Amino acid sequence: MENSTILIKVCMGTGGIAAGGTEVISAFEKELQAEGISAAVEKHCSVHKVGCRGFCARDVLVDVLIDGEKTTYEYIKPDMVSRIVKEHILQGEAVQEWVVKDDYRTFHEKQRKVVLSDCGEVDPEDIGSYMERGGYDALRKVLTSMTPEETIEVIKSSGLRGRGGAGFPTGLKWEFARRAPGDTKYLICNADEGDPGAFMDRSIIEGNPHSVIEGMVIGAFSMGAHRGYVYIRAEYPLAVERLRLALEQARKKGLLGEHIAGTEFSFDIKIKLGAGAFVCGEETALIASIEGKRGMPRAKPPFPAQKGLWGKPTVINNVETLANIPYIVRNGAGWFAQFGTERSKGTKVFALTGKIKNSGLIEVPLGIRLHEIVHDIGGGIEGDRKLKAVQTGGPSGGCIPAEMIEIPVDYESLAEAGSIVGSGGMVVMDETDCMVNIAKYFLEFTQAESCGKCVPCRIGTKRLLEILTRITDGRGRPGDIELLESLSNDVRAASLCGLGQTAPNPVLSTLRYFKAEYEAHVHEKRCPAGVCKNLLTYTILEEFCTGCTMCARVCPANAIVGERKTPHRIIQDICIKCGACFETCKFKAIKKG
Amino acid sequence: MLTLTIDGRQIEVKEGSTVLQAAREHEIYIPTLCDDPRLEPYGGCRLCLVQIEGVPRPVTACTTPVSEGMKVETTNEYIEGLRRTVVELILSDHPNDCMVCEKAGDCTLQELAYFYGLRENRFRGERRQYAKRDANPFIERDMEKCILCGKCVRVCEEVQGVSAIEIAYRGFNAKVCPPFEKDLDCEFCGQCVSVCPTGALMGKLSLGKGRQKDIKKVDTVCPYCGCGCNLTLHVARNEVIRVSSSPETLNEGWLCVKGRFGFKFISSPERLNTPLIRKNGRFEEVSWQEALDHVAERLGGIRDRYGPDAIAGLSSARCTNEENYLFQKFFRAAVGTNNVDHCARY
Repeated sequence: MENSTILIKVCMGTGGIAAGGTEVISAFEKELQAEGISAAVEKHCSVHKVGCRGFCARDVLVDVLIDGEKTTYEYIKPDMVSRIVKEHILQGEAVQEWVVKDDYRTFHEKQRKVVLSDCGEVDPEDIGSYMERGGYDALRKVLTSMTPEETIEVIKSSGLRGRGGAGFPTGLKWEFARRAPGDTKYLICNADEGDPGAFMDRSIIEGNPHSVIEGMVIGAFSMGAHRGYVYIRAEYPLAVERLRLALEQARKKGLLGEHIAGTEFSFDIKIKLGAGAFVCGEETALIASIEGKRGMPRAKPPFPAQKGLWGKPTVINNVETLANIPYIVRNGAGWFAQFGTERSKGTKVFALTGKIKNSGLIEVPLGIRLHEIVHDIGGGIEGDRKLKAVQTGGPSGGCIPAEMIEIPVDYESLAEAGSIVGSGGMVVMDETDCMVNIAKYFLEFTQAESCGKCVPCRIGTKRLLEILTRITDGRGRPGDIELLESLSNDVRAASLCGLGQTAPNPVLSTLRYFKAEYEAHVHEKRCPAGVCKNLLTYTILEEFCTGCTMCARVCPANAIVGERKTPHRIIQDICIKCGACFETCKFKAIKKG
Repeated sequence: MLTLTIDGRQIEVKEGSTVLQAAREHEIYIPTLCDDPRLEPYGGCRLCLVQIEGVPRPVTACTTPVSEGMKVETTNEYIEGLRRTVVELILSDHPNDCMVCEKAGDCTLQELAYFYGLRENRFRGERRQYAKRDANPFIERDMEKCILCGKCVRVCEEVQGVSAIEIAYRGFNAKVCPPFEKDLDCEFCGQCVSVCPTGALMGKLSLGKGRQKDIKKVDTVCPYCGCGCNLTLHVARNEVIRVSSSPETLNEGWLCVKGRFGFKFISSPERLNTPLIRKNGRFEEVSWQEALDHVAERLGGIRDRYGPDAIAGLSSARCTNEENYLFQKFFRAAVGTNNVDHCARY
């Protein structure tokens, strides 16, 4: 291997670091400097940190590239490094038992990576690594050979729509801001990703922050802004750090600041840390927060494009939206528009989680069937149980029932089904998930995150949560389902901002597809999925019980009695319904229901 | 001017008006809780929701600018249903202790509950409860009655420029309070009290002094400074228990701490009710005739003996403009000196 170029890429996203990526990198560095490695190998071999490539569950993921030929290892620990170095790097023989299996290939096969195409490939802390792969070419092209109008036209004809949730056409937004009168305009990148379980924006910034910066400069040029902000959660320390570093490097290279790329155009970016309020993802609340005020939304119109930050025309774009821009400019609007459907162009990043075999970050062409995501990319349901529903769009979204698994995943189809694409959360649920409980979970979140400004959201979501809580606690009353539905509709219609207007969606969509489950809770005091504790009883089936005493031993409440080798019994008054006996019993002698 | 239709009526309004302003100008009633024409529109209470042809969801009249040819519907079954839900939700988180509430009879929330006939409440649930009482000397802050309309916060910031209070916490626990929930320590202008639509903010001086129906209202001018703010004295059993000011006055209803809360002197036992003349080292009550004669005699005597410039007059900003005018006229024309001044200068 003495004359080969060897690249070792170690995943150092948040997932990679948590799994021990830092130690793995040091192990490689140490091994490569150790005795016995010839100077020639050392010269041609380098170790790089790269961002998340999506399959965090398999971290630490390591790519070994020998003359461009890639081998990927999964679940790498520091003590495995020396064998990889000895066998693979020195002798050219991959350690097959640690190489990723077929499911790694199927996980990626149906994905189409645009935004994430460089994530996992480039070193996010090195601008040169991005530039080697064509980074900042789009910016140079725009600044030196295109007018703002032409640039807007490219984005418009690409069909790119806002990836933050609402799906407003990006080019149109830029055009409104460009046409708005005034010399001072602002471009804000919304990195206040707050949906539970969502980590699309985080991974993009951690994995390839320069794509966002490049997108912002192009956007600023198009709309005529000279000052930009990235509003990012303080809870994303790694993303903030890498972004800060990327901004510095871009400034040093003359790609940000005064006279960008030697042209007349100047634009600089400031980082504004968010304090963790979900509502600050709403654009008018975000603007208030940057201005130093309490993050509360205001009524629109006037829209930010007319009157935004400090009263000036302002465009707010989501991270993923902006990260798409360099690739669209580089490859052309037509190239981008080949992905997706008639009205939903391009690809979308989703955070695929829940009861699924392969969970992680995926990027798929819009219009892909939900079935393909769940079964092909996701590898099907964990434990081979039955799929029940897929929740999309986070707390503002809804549930798509298993019967609709063939639905195309695009803005229109999901909206028709009572859900949304949203920012890209996707939670897969199986038959052991209670839909009333799921609705309650999301309401707990939105209720706590309401800013308190408008009555329907402040008190309405609280009352919705109270009704859901009593239903799942077994205290549901006749009429509760109707009340839930009517209040949900009122909160949706009467709330001020997107948070309140969409907060009832998880309730309304589960009511639409799983009403029977609500009815079982309220009328029969039964939780069909066996989740709601107060509605559960555990009983021992005498005919199966061997009297092994395992259940009695694990019961934390000492609620199980019985002689050895004779059937046991659960004392219902003492039982706390923790389910420990159910989990432990080897003879399926405990019935839940 | 723009032409639009509200509830089938074609009306003309100034460009830049909101739907709410347009409706009010033409006496079309739209309920509100968070609106005050003197403050920036807020859109928080959601009571002024109206439907506009071609707009998919209901919008708040207070924040929506009118446009040419707009067709607005301010009342129908759907809209009233939403408003009813809103009032019901507010009441579900309210002490509903109108029987002992100072604000009863002058409370917008009470009016709305009456208007919608809300005897029952579908949304009964947890209610915010706060044990702490604010120990400041002037303003009784009962935050359990607060409906978060934000008027107090806005008047403090927009009109007074003080920002002594802000909304803290999130969601159901949102609460208007001074920094770190300390006792209010501001200039106590009481503007917040004047705009509060419920009994959340009341003047401490008037607590327990009389119900709204017992009050006789007397319009007057503030005696403190030369601004001449209009006051309305609230009189119960011949005692001033509260001072307010109407938004239709020159001072637009705004007052300072003295005008709003400095009225206790009126019924103070230490207040002088008759002129006093010091006789043999002690003050004795005398008639106005005797007092004026005494002053005229002494002023005349000094002028004759030492000349008019031996006399100087100092007046007070607490007198009206007319009184101050007469005072300087008296000194210049009757006494014959220019030695006349006033705490706010002539």
